[in-house]
Amino acid sequence: MKLNKLNLKQTLKLLEKKEISLEELYDDIFQAIEEKNKELNIYLYVNKKALEQAKKMINFPLKGVPVAVKDNFLTIDMPTTASSKVLENYYPQYESTVTKRLISSGGVIIGKTNMDAWAHGSSTETSDFGTTKNPRNSVYSPGGSSGGSAAAVAANMAIASLGTETAGSIRQPASWCGVVGLKPTYGRVSRYGVIAMGSSLDCPGPITKTVEDAAILLKYIAGKDENDSTTSSLPVKDYLKFLNKSIKGFKIGICYFDLPQLKDSQVNQSIKKAAEVFKSLGVQVDYLQTSEKLEQNKVISPKYAIGVYTVVQRGEVSSNLARYDGIRYGKGREFFGAEAKRRVMLGIFGLSSFLKKEELVYKRAQRVRTLYIKNFKQLFKKYDVLISLTSPSYALKIGSSASSPMFGELQDMLAEPSSLAGICGISVPCHHDKKTNLYLGLNIMGDYFQEEKILQVAHVFEKSIVL
Amino acid sequence: MIKITSLIVDKIAQLAKIPVDEKEKDKLAKGFNETLEVVDELFKIDVSQVEPTYQTTGLKNVFREDKIEKEKMLSQEQVLSQAKNTHNCYFVTKRRLSSFEDSL
Repeated sequence: MKLNKLNLKQTLKLLEKKEISLEELYDDIFQAIEEKNKELNIYLYVNKKALEQAKKMINFPLKGVPVAVKDNFLTIDMPTTASSKVLENYYPQYESTVTKRLISSGGVIIGKTNMDAWAHGSSTETSDFGTTKNPRNSVYSPGGSSGGSAAAVAANMAIASLGTETAGSIRQPASWCGVVGLKPTYGRVSRYGVIAMGSSLDCPGPITKTVEDAAILLKYIAGKDENDSTTSSLPVKDYLKFLNKSIKGFKIGICYFDLPQLKDSQVNQSIKKAAEVFKSLGVQVDYLQTSEKLEQNKVISPKYAIGVYTVVQRGEVSSNLARYDGIRYGKGREFFGAEAKRRVMLGIFGLSSFLKKEELVYKRAQRVRTLYIKNFKQLFKKYDVLISLTSPSYALKIGSSASSPMFGELQDMLAEPSSLAGICGISVPCHHDKKTNLYLGLNIMGDYFQEEKILQVAHVFEKSIVL
Repeated sequence: MIKITSLIVDKIAQLAKIPVDEKEKDKLAKGFNETLEVVDELFKIDVSQVEPTYQTTGLKNVFREDKIEKEKMLSQEQVLSQAKNTHNCYFVTKRRLSSFEDSL
């Protein structure tokens, strides 16, 4: 077996027992990159010194394993572009906390992965350096914005990877590429040195081959960082300890199955399939109705979340992208691509006094956001986790995003309420279509800082589901 | 609510300091109108009893020690290393104020 096909846990075990060497591992990884990167356009930069660096890491917990990193994490000695021409050839002067922690735990950055420019999008098609193709079927998009990181794992060009999510950007590409993507609670993982998009939403997280691998990586990247004042000082749990515990007696609420967009769709069958799996494990499963307002034991429709997200995220984008002036680093603002221009300008529009009804739109949006938070808090009093589909569809064909300006919003609709609330979620494959070789993902959402619970449920589900 | 005019697009472009051509303007105006539609949705739900969200995980007033951390400091050389135009250890920018002659 080619060693690049190993998952993180297997790799660590085999390296520990000295049954494989780092040379053999990197040979296979680099071979996969050489064979497929040109066609799939996953890496914008490949770290040629990776093996050399890995050899120094063999006695650290992550033993020098190659990890792909989304190109919006600042990395010293490697270019960081956020897939935008504005930052072409930009070399950061400091390291992001997450990659610093990854490296000090023994991980090695094998390369920087393609993404939607500035993480604006759900397909990698807004990248200024071309779209990434889905390794499962290259006619299709890998999703996004962390499309390169999800594809790197699916294509076995890395043992695991890191992405970032604002609303869906880890979970949706994980779903489309048939891998596992974990979006931790806001503030569980530091944003320091991650090129900012929506600062009240952004959250880095692992994309991996298994749930267990996500648990391993999360432990090393999570925790308080004094460089990011929004990180939580709650202790990081030993996530692996929870994985093999039974979920018998758990209560799970199913969300969004009755949305008009999903109601009669084929993809909705897989949520029923998942429900049956959980029932067979002794879990109480309730289908929760979608409601137009805040009601006990019902889920608020994600339709308002689109409005909240549009105003809040674009508003934050307009502020965060103000720093790119071409004076201190990077190129001038005329190098922004169409999507970045649109988001910055819509952001300013959304924050402006032009947009006023009974009150400023931004304030209104933040009130509606509170409703989603209240809704989740109520539901988590009764349910251990909530589940939904991660994406309302299988991977779409490359080119689909161009035809719809609200493409991202529809794609991310199912993730937006949880992202706006800041709770954690994990996407785990729940169905495989043999004809197209494409996957659907199940989105398992948990209460604030209960990553161990969603990992536990996802791990049991992963072991029990027949794809 | 309001009607999107090319004047508004121009004004926003100016605030964003992003150059836009005529063709882009139409697209942007369309985007603004779509924004208006989703914004309208926000006024269809009752939030009169709800406070706006300021921070999702409940943090308040996070402080840190006000001390100099040498390891976090960048050298002048590092700071200037990515700039295209520097002079005597300064960043060089375009003139912001018009000259006296211009104002005549």
